[in-house]
Formats: sequence, C-alpha cells, structure tokens
Amino acid sequence: MKGLHVLLLILSLVHTSMGAELTATQILEKIDKNQVLDHAIVTAKMVIHGRAGTRTITSKSWSEGKDKSFSEYLSPAREKGKKMLKLGDKLWSYTPEPHDRTISISGHLLKQSVMGSDLSYEDFMNNDSMVSDYDAKLVGKEKIEGRDCYVLELTAKRDGVSYARRKIWVDTERFLPVQSDMMAKGGKLLKRALIRESMRVGSRWYPKSMHFKDMLSTGGGTEYHVESIDLKTSIPAQKFTKASLRK
Amino acid sequence: MRTLLLLALKNVRGAGLRTWLNVATLSFGFVTIVWMQGIYEGMMRQMVTAQIDTEYGGGQFWHKAFDPFDPLSFEDAHGEPGDALKKLVAEKKATPILLRTGAIFPNGRAQSVVLRGIEPTQEIVQIPGGVLLREGEALPGLIGKRMAEATGLKKGDTVTIRWRDVSGTFDATDVEVVEVMNIAVPGLDAGQLWLPLRTLRRLIGSAEATTLFVTEKGYVESHIEDPNFVWKNNDFLLSEERAIFESKKAFGYILYVILMAMGLLAVFDTQVLSIFRRRREIGTLMALGVTRSEVVGLFTLEGSLHGVLALFAGALWGIPILAHAAKIGIGLPKMSDNMGIAIGARLYASYAPQVLVVTLCVLLCSVVVVSFLPARRIAKMRPTDAIRGKG
Repeated sequence: MKGLHVLLLILSLVHTSMGAELTATQILEKIDKNQVLDHAIVTAKMVIHGRAGTRTITSKSWSEGKDKSFSEYLSPAREKGKKMLKLGDKLWSYTPEPHDRTISISGHLLKQSVMGSDLSYEDFMNNDSMVSDYDAKLVGKEKIEGRDCYVLELTAKRDGVSYARRKIWVDTERFLPVQSDMMAKGGKLLKRALIRESMRVGSRWYPKSMHFKDMLSTGGGTEYHVESIDLKTSIPAQKFTKASLRK
Repeated sequence: MRTLLLLALKNVRGAGLRTWLNVATLSFGFVTIVWMQGIYEGMMRQMVTAQIDTEYGGGQFWHKAFDPFDPLSFEDAHGEPGDALKKLVAEKKATPILLRTGAIFPNGRAQSVVLRGIEPTQEIVQIPGGVLLREGEALPGLIGKRMAEATGLKKGDTVTIRWRDVSGTFDATDVEVVEVMNIAVPGLDAGQLWLPLRTLRRLIGSAEATTLFVTEKGYVESHIEDPNFVWKNNDFLLSEERAIFESKKAFGYILYVILMAMGLLAVFDTQVLSIFRRRREIGTLMALGVTRSEVVGLFTLEGSLHGVLALFAGALWGIPILAHAAKIGIGLPKMSDNMGIAIGARLYASYAPQVLVVTLCVLLCSVVVVSFLPARRIAKMRPTDAIRGKG
C-alpha cells in the first residue's frame, strides 16, 4: 500500500514537472507576463521597406503602463529631434524644424501609420494586455520559424479593440507570439507580425527582432529591431508631460 | 457742336494710319476685357451650378461635429436626426449622406479614401446612385474619373477597402467598381468612393448614421431645430469657392490694367503729338474766334472718337469671338482639374448685361479722360505764339 502511495506521488510529480496542458487563457497570461511592461526604456531601429525604397529610423522610447509613452527619433537627420507623447488616447507630436511646433492630435491619428511604416501609432505604442482584450481558444500545436507553438484563436472581448480577431502562434517554451495574424471583423487578414529573434530580459523573454506586414498592400513590410531595453531604471513622471517635448 | 463734331471726324479720318492703329489697340483691349469678364462670369456660373446640382442642393444640414476640411472629424461626425429631418427625408425634400474615412488598396498600394454613403434612389443631387442597386459578390462602388485615373481602377475591377467601425475596430471587404462617373466637382471625385448608404451604415455598425443632409434645389429654409444637425445655406457653402474665384478674378484685374494702359497710352501719345504738330491750326482757330474751351473740346472729341470707333470695330470683329466663347465654349486642359473648382470639360463665357454696360462705360470714360488731359495745354497757349508754331 505504501508502495502504491509512493508510486502515485512520483507519477504526480512527473506529470507536474512535464507540464500539464495549459489553457488558452493561461497562455495569454504568460504572454502578458513577458510583453506587458510596467515601465521600460527601449532603443529601437525601424526599417521600412516601402515601394519607394527602404528607410531606417531609430528611436528611443520611454513607456509606463499602457497609457503613458514618450518617443524621440534619433535618426535619420531629417527625423532627428521629433518627439511624440501619448497619454491615454491623446497624442502630441513635436517637430523642432523648420518651426518649433507641437501639434495636438485627436485619438484618430493613433490609428494612422507611423512614418509610412506598416505600424500604426497604436501598434507602435501598444502595451495592452492580451488577456483583458481577447477571449482565446487553443486550437492546436504547430512549428513556426523552427519553434514549437501553441495555436490560439482570439476574439475581442469588447468593442473598440483594433483587431476583432487574431490567430497567434505562441512559443511553447518562451511564451512569445512567434506569429500574429490580425484580422478584420469580416475575417480578412489585415496584418501579420513575426518575431524573428527573441532575447532574455531578466526573467522574461522579449522580442528582439520583429517583422510587420500590412497584408493588403504589396510593400516589403517593416522590420523592428530592439537595440537595448532597460526595465530597471525608473522614469521620472516629468518625462510624460508636454514640457518634455521641447527639451 | 455739330461743326465741332464734323471737324473732329474729318481730322480723325485725316490722321489715317495713326487713327486706325489707336482704334485697333483700343478695340483689342475692349474685346479682351469683355471676353475675360465673360470667362470669369461663366466660370463662376458653371461652378455654382455644378456645386448646387451635385453637392449642395438647396443647402445642407451638417452634423455639428462635421468639418469638411478635416477628414479626421468624419469619424465622430455622424448621428441620428430628429423627427423634422426624418420627415424632410420621407417627403423626398432631403437626402442623407454618410462620410467615413478609410483606405483603398488598388494594385496593393494603400491610399486614403473617403467612403460616401448615398441613397441609390435619391434624386436630390445629380449622382448616378442608381448603379449601386446592383447586387454581386463584392459590394457595388461608384467612383469618378479622377479617382479612376489616380488609382488605375476601371469599371468591373474589384478592390479591397479597409475602414474602422464606430467603435474603432478594423474591417475590410472587396468592392466592385460598377461605374466610373463623369462629375464636374473634384471634391466629390478625387479620393472618394461612393457606396449605398445602407451598406456603409452596416459596415460601420450604425443603422441611422448620417453626416449631412442635402436639401432639394430651391429649398426654403424652414428653421428646423435639431440637436445634432445645423443648417448651412448656400451662401455659406459656396463661400470657399467664391473666395477662390475672387482670387483668380483679382489676377484678371491686373491684366485689364495692362491692356487698357496699352490702348490709353496710344491715345495719350497721339493727343500730345497732335497738339504739338497742329499748333498753327490751333492758333488760327483761336484767331478766327473759336474759344479756348471749344478748341480743347475739339481735341478731346477727336481723342474720344478713337474710343467710339474702337467700340464699333471691336463689335465688328469681337462679337463673333465672344459669341463663340458663349455658345461653343472653350475646351479646358486636363490640368484645370487641379484648380480645385468645379467647371467641367468646357468653359462657357457668360456676359451679364449690367457688367457689360458698366465695363464699356468705364473704358470710354477712361479714353475721354486721357484725351482731355493733354488737351488742357491748349488753354495756356497764346494765339500769336501758336500761329508762329511756338508755345
């Protein structure tokens, strides 16, 4: 009898250590744990492959939660010094030249493309939680970009979420969405995001190199490379004020 | 007076080529100015007619958040009308239009587009919405020629559009171009895609959404009070077009001045030369008892006769040209579409009688004045010096 108890205990430990099948919601929670940042300072390079050629833009961003974000363009020369501040659904854009000008833009601009890229301001500054936006259904497992992935179908929980439906392939080990297909309400594929390289940041995995593609247009898409990320340094509250745009 | 007139006529005729050169220069100025005024008047008339027929009707009720110059405002500028406006629509005295921004992807190239929802059966504005009643796999869409050229789309092509619904969620579908219409108003053509109103409302998820109501032509303002919509009459709606037109007209004034200066300078020059060369004649006339003012009058009359002759000459060769511009019109180059005003493929001159009379009077008065100014010198002449060819 004692032997049977020991056997059951061993089997139970083995089952736990092998990992019980996660639910779709648990997978989303794990993604959020990796991707939703309390605060971060990110230096990134964006390579836009447009019809007219390729442009590279580097920027440094400071973000806190999902509502506060501040970005400054570092290069090329013509974009250098441009800054953007997002507070909730409001956006301010600052252009140093030719006129020292701050423009307040309504929330609609958040849905427009950033510098002609395949990313909208919303995508660019997004730090939303997947769990709070979507209901998920686990539909299988597939290998994507050489990684074993859970395949999840997501449906928006509420109105106003940019993409009503998504299909994501989540790395079973790192819990990052290796591929995200973003779909319209009617089901048309609108955008695809691929994580091509990921990196360890403290205890979490974070995308290092991504590729975004507007699936309705024939451009070459937009690459997004994180050059550095700092999750430790706290950001002064003053950073997220209009005054900091002119500094 | 009759003698003076006969004498002046004889002198003018006797001046020969000099007279005809003056008459030719002046008549050219007269006809060109009248022609240009006719063109401007015609341009204005065509523009107003096109705007009223296809866009403004008898005036519009705008959603209070609607700003036609700010496409970003279209997202919020829609609402449900009150009973009075609904009644106006039911009586077919107004038709609702819904505007929404989106993107269109002809040949995989993303372009901004304004989606315009219109009742296919409406008869208030001259938009061939009837073609939108066609049913097919893709939604029926109507575009103008400018839009077709800009996007490379033609009748029968299918194109993907993307938009956001009222809550901000993306949606996309395919639209089949069922017709490419020829419309004079660029603002209803370039960057615009027309869809059935009910379809667009369904796409954005709002069954009663309306951005503006266009009333029928000749609608008498009935001061409808609506919490969401405000009345805009045609004086207001056409103010931008009138401002553009006035700025173009201002350029015309500069040309008038140059043309008239050419003619008037010729008359002035002729008068100065004539007085210098005919000093002996002036002295003789004075010695014979003709008063100074009569001599001044004679020379002023001679100069003014150039203007009168120019009127007749201008009428002779100008009327066929002016009539041609009014009846057959002038074909406009394609680039005229970029002027931003609704004219159409041909421009027809229009001559308002009062404008014509005032213009000709001003021109004739100017000729009289420039004829008189050099003649004033005669009043200072002494007959004895003048007979000797001095003074």
